[in-house]
Formats: sequence, C-alpha cells, structure tokens
Amino acid sequence: MATYSDPPAESFKLSQLINDTRYRSYTFQVIALIGIMLLLGYLISNLINNLQAAGLNISYQFLGEPAGYDINQRLIEYSSQSTHFTAAIVGVLNTLLVAVLGCAMATVIGVVVGVLRLSRNWLIRTLMSVYVEIFRNVPVLIWILIIMAVFTAVLPQPRDFRGANATASMVGDMFAFTGRGFYAPMPYFETGFAQGAAGWVVVLAVLVGSWLAARALGRWAARTQEATGQRPTTWYITAALWLVPLAVVLYVQGLAWEYPALKGFNFQGGIFARASLIALWFALSIYTAAFIAENVRAGILAISKGQTEAAASLGLRPNRIMNLVVLPQALRVIIPPLISQYLNLTKNSSLAIAVGYMDITGTLGGITLNQTGRAIECVLLLMLFYLTISLAISAVMNVYNNAVKLKER
Amino acid sequence: MKKTVFLGALTVAGLAAGAAAAATLDDVKARGKLNCGVTTGLVGFAAPDANGNWDGFDVGVCRAIAAAVLGDAAAVEFVPTTGKTRFTALASGEIDVLARNTTWTFSRDVDLKFDFLGVNYYDGQGFMVPKSLGVSSAKELDGATVCIQTGTTTELNLADFFRANNISYEPVPIETNAEAQPLYLEGACDVYTTDASGLAATRAAFENPQDHVVLPEIISKEPLGPLVRHGDNDWGDIVRWTLNALIAAEELGVTSANVDEMAGGTNNPEINRLLGTEGTLGEMLGLDKDWARRAIKSVGNYGELFERNIGENTPIGLSRGLNAQWTNGGLLYSPPFR
Repeated sequence: MATYSDPPAESFKLSQLINDTRYRSYTFQVIALIGIMLLLGYLISNLINNLQAAGLNISYQFLGEPAGYDINQRLIEYSSQSTHFTAAIVGVLNTLLVAVLGCAMATVIGVVVGVLRLSRNWLIRTLMSVYVEIFRNVPVLIWILIIMAVFTAVLPQPRDFRGANATASMVGDMFAFTGRGFYAPMPYFETGFAQGAAGWVVVLAVLVGSWLAARALGRWAARTQEATGQRPTTWYITAALWLVPLAVVLYVQGLAWEYPALKGFNFQGGIFARASLIALWFALSIYTAAFIAENVRAGILAISKGQTEAAASLGLRPNRIMNLVVLPQALRVIIPPLISQYLNLTKNSSLAIAVGYMDITGTLGGITLNQTGRAIECVLLLMLFYLTISLAISAVMNVYNNAVKLKER
Repeated sequence: MKKTVFLGALTVAGLAAGAAAAATLDDVKARGKLNCGVTTGLVGFAAPDANGNWDGFDVGVCRAIAAAVLGDAAAVEFVPTTGKTRFTALASGEIDVLARNTTWTFSRDVDLKFDFLGVNYYDGQGFMVPKSLGVSSAKELDGATVCIQTGTTTELNLADFFRANNISYEPVPIETNAEAQPLYLEGACDVYTTDASGLAATRAAFENPQDHVVLPEIISKEPLGPLVRHGDNDWGDIVRWTLNALIAAEELGVTSANVDEMAGGTNNPEINRLLGTEGTLGEMLGLDKDWARRAIKSVGNYGELFERNIGENTPIGLSRGLNAQWTNGGLLYSPPFR
C-alpha cells in the first residue's frame, strides 16, 4: 500500500511547447525573437562585408579635421578653419533654434485657431476651417518653398534701396525688410562696467530680482487679503519693481542702439534675421499649427457641455469659462497629441536645405557628408541626434502631461 | 544550431557582397543598358531636350561608352544626380559611370575609392554678377551675398578665396543649378559662383544674358572628367580609352562623317589601330574591333562633341581655350593607341 502525500511531479514534454497554452505564447515569442535577431545579424554583417569589399571602413576621424566651408548663420564662433565637429554643432544649434521658435509660434497660432473654430461667429469659424484644411493638406515642403519664393519675389532686395531713385526705403531709418531678411536696430552697452554678453547677464539678473520681488509682493497682498478681506492695491508698486531697476541698470551701462545701414552689397549692423530662417520658421509654424488647432478643438469638444453650463450658472462670462473651466480640463486631452506635433515639427525642420538654412542636415548631413564622403558615419550621427532630441522633447512634455492630467486620489 | 544558421547567413552575405563587386562590364552587357549618372540639368552639358531625350557634352561621353560596349548609343539609362547624391549613387552601384562635370581631386580619387579616367573638360571656378553692380574684379566682392551649389568643390574654393583675400561674404547654399537661377535673378544673392563653363551655360539660359558678366578671376583648377568605382580596372579601362578614342580621333582627323570611310583602311597605322583594321586593341579591352568606330560614329570626335554642345556657335559660346588639342596649345593629350 503506498501512500500518496504529494501530487505526482509533472514531467515536462517537448510537445507541451506547442500544445500547452501555458507555454505556447512563449514558444512563438522565442521563435520570433530568434528570427528578428537573425535578420538584424544578416543586415549588419551584410553592411560590414560590403564595406570591406569596397575597401571602406567606419571611422569618425574626419570630425576633427578642418571643415573648409563657411556657414552663414552661426550662433557660436565658427570659420572655415573650424572642425567638422564644430560645423555639426553650429547645425545642431540652428536646428534647435528653428525648432524652439517653431514650436512656440505653432502652439500660439494653433490654440487661437482651435478655439476660434468653435466660435459662434460664422465668418470666423469658416475662415479658420479654411485655414486648417488648406495648410493641413498641402505638404510642408511645398509651403516652405512657396513662402520663400514669395519672400524673395515680393520684398525688395538691397539693390532696390540703393541710388538716387531707390524704389524701396527703410522703415523709420531703423528697420529694413528685404528679400534677404529683416534688419532691426541692435541694443548694446557703451560705457557699462560689464562689456558684451556680461552686460546682458547683469540685465537678466536684475530682471530675475524684479520677478522675485514682485512675487513676494503678490504673496503679501494675498496674505493681507486673507487676513482682512481687503486686497491692497499693488499694481503701481509691481510696475515700479519691474521698470525702475531695469531703467537704472540700462542707463548705468549706457544703452545705445546700432542701426542697420546700407554698406556695399548688403545692410550692415543691427540684428539680422535671415530670410531662410524666417521662411522656414513661418512655414513650419503655420503648417503644424493647423494640426494643433484640430487637437485643441478635439480637446475642447471632449469637455462635457455640463461643465460649461455649470460655469455659466455660476455667473462666469464666456471668456472666463474658457480660461478657467474648459481649457484646463481640455489640456489633458490636448497634450499627448501635441507632443507628436512638436516631434513632427522638429523632424520637418530637416527640410531646411530647401531654403538654404544650415541646420544639422545641411551641415553634417549635407556638406560634411559630401566633402568627406563619410555617408554612413554622418547618417548614423544624424539619426542619433534626431532620436535624442525627439526623446528629450517627449520626456519634457510627459513631465508636463503628468502635471496637468486628472489626479485621482 | 543557432550558431550554424548565423554563420550560414554570414557566408551568404559575404558571397553576395563578393559577387556584387565583380565585373561591371558583364553587368552592363547582361542588362543591355548603361546606367550613367549626369546632372539634374545643365544646358549644354546634360539636359533633356523638348522630346525628353538627354543631350549634351557629358551625355555624349555616356553615349560613346554605350556605343562602344553595347553597340547602341541610345542604350543609356540617364540617372540625374545632384552634387550631394552623385557619389553615393556611384559607390552603391546604382550607376556604372558618373559623367557629371565632377572635379578630379585627390581625396575623391583616393579616400572615396573612385577612379577618375581622364579629363573631358578643363575648367576653373568663376563668378557671375549683374552688370548693374559695376563690379570688375572678384576682389571687390567684400560683404557680398554669394549663391553656391552645396556639396561641390566650389564651396571649399570659395571659402579659401575669400579667406586668402581677407574679405567677407555671406554664403547662400543651393541644392541645384535650377534653384540658383531664380534666386540670383531676383537679387537674393549678388553673385553666383560655380565652374566657369557652368556659369556660361547658366547665363545662356537667361532672358537677357548681356546684363550679366563673368568676372575675369578664375580661382581654382577644376579638371572635370568621368569616374567609376575603384577596383574594377577592366571597366575603368573601357571608359578611359573610350574618352581617349574621342580625343585621339580629333587629333587624327577622324570624324563621325568620315569614320566609315577610314575604317576601310588608311595609310596611317594609328588610325587603323584605333578603328580596328589593324591589331587587336578592341579584344584587349574585352570588346570587339569596332568599339571605337561605333563611339566616334555615334557622337563624333571630341571636337565635334564640343562644338555641337558648348562651342562658340552654341548659345553657351565657350571657346576651346585649355580644351584645345595639345597640338593647338591646349591640354588635350591622348596617350598613343598602340
């Protein structure tokens, strides 16, 4: 007589991998994984073999060699004697510049248009629909080219400002709008104790100080209101906190303006915003704004009508209902698709070469690639850059999304 | 087991890569068409005409090779390439030969693993400005905005020239010649710079060519010629000697009109060797004896090709200059056919 105290030990059979539902999905996943790895291995080995057959190797040494070409828009020190790496950094900064400017402007236009699409005014509503449909349904490259073409064809060129019977003139001797770009006066410090960029750091420090002081004042006003029920009038103190220190520091440093003037072939002096930057920025902004407008509209429509009615019954006016009740809730719906629009805009900025804007695709992926012939290396670096930037934007926007999303306790 | 499959895959990949690098001549013959990389459109050098047929000076080189190898000057698939895409197209095998006014430089020849097979046009970089600017020398261009085709040697020469003369400029990078024209004409740039032959060709396409001048400075040497991938020397020889055949034909007085007559036999042994009535030069190349005759017959000799496409009687109006035969004080000098 045997006693059975334990259940019989399960013996594992190979057929269970297919027939047993507990293991079946693992079996297929492992097979698929092996397949994917083999495919990747084949592609990589194919690349290496072909490179070897062609006598090429992967090397990043070229990044340390002099680039030899000039770049028109550079945010850091760069000359044709700088390295390819510096040229790539110049391109990265140009990409980031147009991406940041583009995202900011696209958001502003997109939110305004999205709200106006729901307006009760028939004309405004229809105009906004027309805008969205036109800009959303034509490729962004076409928009970039159209805007640049309009820019160069409509605006006068520097040669039109020249001579006795010039056909164009500067606006108030301060601004010049040419087909090559916009010129504006540039502020600088004449006598300051801190020269150049350091002078602006001082100004920035003063502004931060003003902001801290204004915030402290606001808190004090709020405390007073809570204690006494009366909110002290502070707006003139706030204005003074902002303006007086700023005026003093600007005066002490000797603020002066450098005006652009026609010298030789071009305007010289002042701030110069190139036509390529403006055209690219504008085209990317209005194109992406059309998509953002739809996101915003969808977000607003997702808020139940009861919210609006409840707010209205409390006596809020339509503007305040939108700002205080509807938009904050709508943001939860708007933010996730907005992230992809920012990513799209950043990646679309790689079309910059169409207007001769030297972004990273133009420097590293264009001229450097061509002059060195290191196509694979350059393209790998480009992919790495866009991947990093996109993931960084996603990360930042996800943090913001977590801050505004519905918090359930 | 996994390892064996992986090794197997590696071997297959290795074999495939090895096969891809083999004889271009066989590939071209099997395909029945020559894939030839040309510009996206530069009148006189390579541009489609009203009927969509490619024509021009560089196109002539492609057609001569096709005639020599395949016996049919029309058996060419023209692949338009930009300054940026041309080298990738050649290195990847998309095209068999690149005839796209490409400058022969050390790094392209050595580092990029290409073989330049001679020079079909000796050029130099120049500047074009509107006459109304009143500029007479490139050294007066301080502060000018310069339109430039990106991805070319001109970009580097320009930077060097302005740095050497200690003057400043604002580069406006442009992808193709076609995009540069409107920008230059509308005044978005003061100066357009590229090879002097390209400037002449571009100016010829303007509505009022006489309103624009090409400045006297030539700031670089630009020997333009056809190139192939490094490593297939047999194919390289065919392209090199087809070009030389066109040059030698002019020197020897062989034209598309009289080539058939001369192929019947002349008392000049070099002509006989070139046209295949004496010796076995064609067989040495892996072609037949009539290879050079077909090439000359289809596009004419170098001089005919030049005069028909870019010579003084065409709108482009280039004089032979450096591109005359060595016997006329130029640089064209074909090694002997022997």
